[in-house]
Amino acid sequence: MLLEISDLYVYYRSYWYTLKVLNGVWLRLDRGERVGIIGESGSGKTTLLKSILRILPQNGMIPKGEIRYDGKNILKLSSSELTKIRRREIGMIFQDPMAALNPVFKIRDQLYDILKYKMMIEGHNPSSRELYEEAVKIFSDVRLPDPDRVLESYPFQLSGGMRQRVMIAMALISAGKLLLADEPTTNLDVTIQDQILKLIHRLAAQRNLSTILVSHALGMVYQMTDRVYVLYAGDIMEEARTRDLFSKPKHPYTQLLVASTPRLSSVGVGEGIKGKLPDYHNPPAGCRFAPRCPYVMDKCINTKPRKIQVNREHIVSCYLYD
Amino acid sequence: MHDEVILNVSNLRKYFKTTEGIVRAVDGVSFNVRYGETLALVGESGSGKTTTGHVIMGFYSPDDGEIIYKGVYDLSLPMKKRPLELKRDIQIVFQDPGTSLNPKRTVKDIISLPLLVHKTIEKKRIYEKVAELLDYVGLSEEFMFKYPHELGGGEKQLVAIARALAPQPSFIILDESTSALDVSSQAKVLNTLIKIQKELKLTYLLITHDLGVVRNISQRVMIMYLGKIYEEAPTEEFFKSPMHPYTQMLLSSIPTLSEDDEKIKPKGIESVGEIPSAVKPPSGCRFHTRCPFAKPVCSQQEPPDITVNSGHIVRCWLYE
Amino acid sequence: MGGTSIQEVKFIELEKKIKRENWRRIWFRFKKSKLSILGLSMILVLLFTAIFADYVAPYPSHAGLYIAFKNAYKPPSFEHILGTDMYGRDVFSRIVFGFRYAFMMIGLVLSLVVPTGVILGLIAGYYRGTFIETIIVRLSDIFISLPPLVLALSIASILEPNIFNAMMAVSLMWWPWYVKLTYSMTVSLRNEPFILAAESQGASTLHILFKELLPIQLGTILTKVTLDAGWVILIGAAISFVGLGAQPPTPDLGTMVSEYSKYLPEYWWMSLGPAAGIVLIILAFNLLGDGIRDVFAGE
Repeated sequence: MLLEISDLYVYYRSYWYTLKVLNGVWLRLDRGERVGIIGESGSGKTTLLKSILRILPQNGMIPKGEIRYDGKNILKLSSSELTKIRRREIGMIFQDPMAALNPVFKIRDQLYDILKYKMMIEGHNPSSRELYEEAVKIFSDVRLPDPDRVLESYPFQLSGGMRQRVMIAMALISAGKLLLADEPTTNLDVTIQDQILKLIHRLAAQRNLSTILVSHALGMVYQMTDRVYVLYAGDIMEEARTRDLFSKPKHPYTQLLVASTPRLSSVGVGEGIKGKLPDYHNPPAGCRFAPRCPYVMDKCINTKPRKIQVNREHIVSCYLYD
Repeated sequence: MHDEVILNVSNLRKYFKTTEGIVRAVDGVSFNVRYGETLALVGESGSGKTTTGHVIMGFYSPDDGEIIYKGVYDLSLPMKKRPLELKRDIQIVFQDPGTSLNPKRTVKDIISLPLLVHKTIEKKRIYEKVAELLDYVGLSEEFMFKYPHELGGGEKQLVAIARALAPQPSFIILDESTSALDVSSQAKVLNTLIKIQKELKLTYLLITHDLGVVRNISQRVMIMYLGKIYEEAPTEEFFKSPMHPYTQMLLSSIPTLSEDDEKIKPKGIESVGEIPSAVKPPSGCRFHTRCPFAKPVCSQQEPPDITVNSGHIVRCWLYE
Repeated sequence: MGGTSIQEVKFIELEKKIKRENWRRIWFRFKKSKLSILGLSMILVLLFTAIFADYVAPYPSHAGLYIAFKNAYKPPSFEHILGTDMYGRDVFSRIVFGFRYAFMMIGLVLSLVVPTGVILGLIAGYYRGTFIETIIVRLSDIFISLPPLVLALSIASILEPNIFNAMMAVSLMWWPWYVKLTYSMTVSLRNEPFILAAESQGASTLHILFKELLPIQLGTILTKVTLDAGWVILIGAAISFVGLGAQPPTPDLGTMVSEYSKYLPEYWWMSLGPAAGIVLIILAFNLLGDGIRDVFAGE
């Protein structure tokens, strides 16, 4: 098991309030597996990814829980060991390339930095010739044409699709074993999106990379993953093989999400889900979806439902199945 | 829905001067919109669909071509020069709910503006009317005194729709109105739009890149690429037999959610390349640089209109 | 069907209630910072003093023409908290009246400058790309490019030196800043979808300028006004200091600093008083301004 998250709580703390975002999240991932996490914006998906790499903002804290990566507890690692992992083992594609690319440096500078750090930690000091050759190779992997021009450009001079590909290239440098992708294709045209997703898939397969794909776009997760977790307001509501989850969703939230997605093969969209995400200052004591659930019962409001194995590989957190 | 045309666009052109050259955003676009229908104008970035909508709204004047509304009104006039009754009859719902509502005005202020401008209602009846409109889009009357920042994305969009409905228009441009919403809000907004269309006899011009939405709300579809329309068809026909290679590429790229949806996607064509610059668009058929079926004539001459079926027109040399 | 229906009454009541709540919330946010409360209290005290100068000052007659050489040059004592000046006048009383002139100056200058500058800025920003914009912007550019103090002084030197003309001079150098502020904010807001939406629905230009664009800028403008109040005093004091503003025996703070500074260092209490008065007002407005800025910063 490459990654095993158990009972993870993540809070954002400030002087006068605490946002209890993650509420006991669990997740596991094996080598070469492609896992997806779906949930609406604000559910804590990005928080979860950032916890794995331990790049939460200053006010983020982990009061409870374990993240075991490759047998080690990431939360207890020293900063030098963490650095090694960040440079060579786990890479992350961020939601907004303009947030991950520094606008005042050329692509070449940013790319070389990452390459250099990785190579130095492996024990060798690359020359600029070596860096250049490595960069060209990486660019051809991500199908970026005209590497010389891209290297000399600033981020704003590239199109959205190209920026995304640069960011993927940079993430792949560090992603020796695990690739985290946070909404990797928002704002991209659907034809470009398709190319990029297929690219990630191909490269991951080539390198036997495990991937965690986080998105609110159900279709993308359906195409690109083998197993899916449904994250709502900081709680994992359901886990299943991708095909199973989308064809036979068990948790009311998942069912509503799937029903609300417009199809190509039929007309008619679900009614949507009434209500909003709960207030993290004062989240519901029981099931966090209870205020919006059409099947809510008294016990849902009072205590959090436990994990129930519905069948092999399909787990739900819901009293309907208890 | 009758067959009469509410909006007639012919040979519309709109160019923009930029530092890189002249961007030919809309380059010869012609279509009709019929009363009561939802016509989807579909394209990716750079296709010119948004510009087309904005020219119809009057945010820009066209550089060439004619736009005739209800047979009598000339929409090539910019907004400032349009008569008040036009500003009442044609409305728009923008993409980003975060910037389409003034953050310093309450929901009531926002929705009642058109009512006051067009004097459709006496001042003291405003509250009632606003409550009625809110109810119509599925929001309770308490929303009246809230500020936009107190609302979620979907709710804001519903307010924008209520605002568009207030002056009792005939024609509404939905400019990517659900693209910025999450799945649940999108469903609510779509259902609301469908419901009110029937009841209020509205005509929609849906500008979008999302073919899932198109499937569910529109009767006819037009595909735009780099400023030109390359295919138009009734919705069902469109999804059953997409003809243009670009259309097929578009459809095959959609991330779908189910086996049934997968079957709809055309096989044998994959997305390649990126959209070329609109400053120097490819010659002939603008798609030829990415088209797997491109022939020599495609780069030399613009393809003609070919009628495949009733209402189904493709512009492609493959079908000559 | 005349009169308001029960429905409407309900809504009107509700609206009033919510508006009251909003004000309460703003006050609550303002209250959070102790310094802003301090600033507000100081302003209120000084304002009170200014209005009721006749009653607050122990020797109101000393504010104007008054001579009692026997009493002159007395250091601070119980009878004269800040001592007396060279004519035997109670310094403290004069300062109290000085506040009155200070507030008058602030009031006059800002009520001339702010509405003019804001309206011109809104118009210039809204009519971007037209002749109107060019005129307004170039005109304010011209005034801004002249060093403020030099401008104020030159104007004051042309006109007859008195407090009223000093205020005119200050106004003339101040108005372009408000034009610039509102102009730049308007330009950035001008093409936002909510403005386009209002235009597309046929809203009048007046509505768009004052009901759509202005409310968003109000916070920034208000903050600037409160911070400017302190500066107006300072510039006014500078003009008076060089003798081009209020003339003696007018108890203007700047004039007093000028007059009394000749008597430093032996009779230090004389210029200390009015100088401290100036500092007090500026400090008060700055603290208030910070508070206002914080209230609007959260939005």
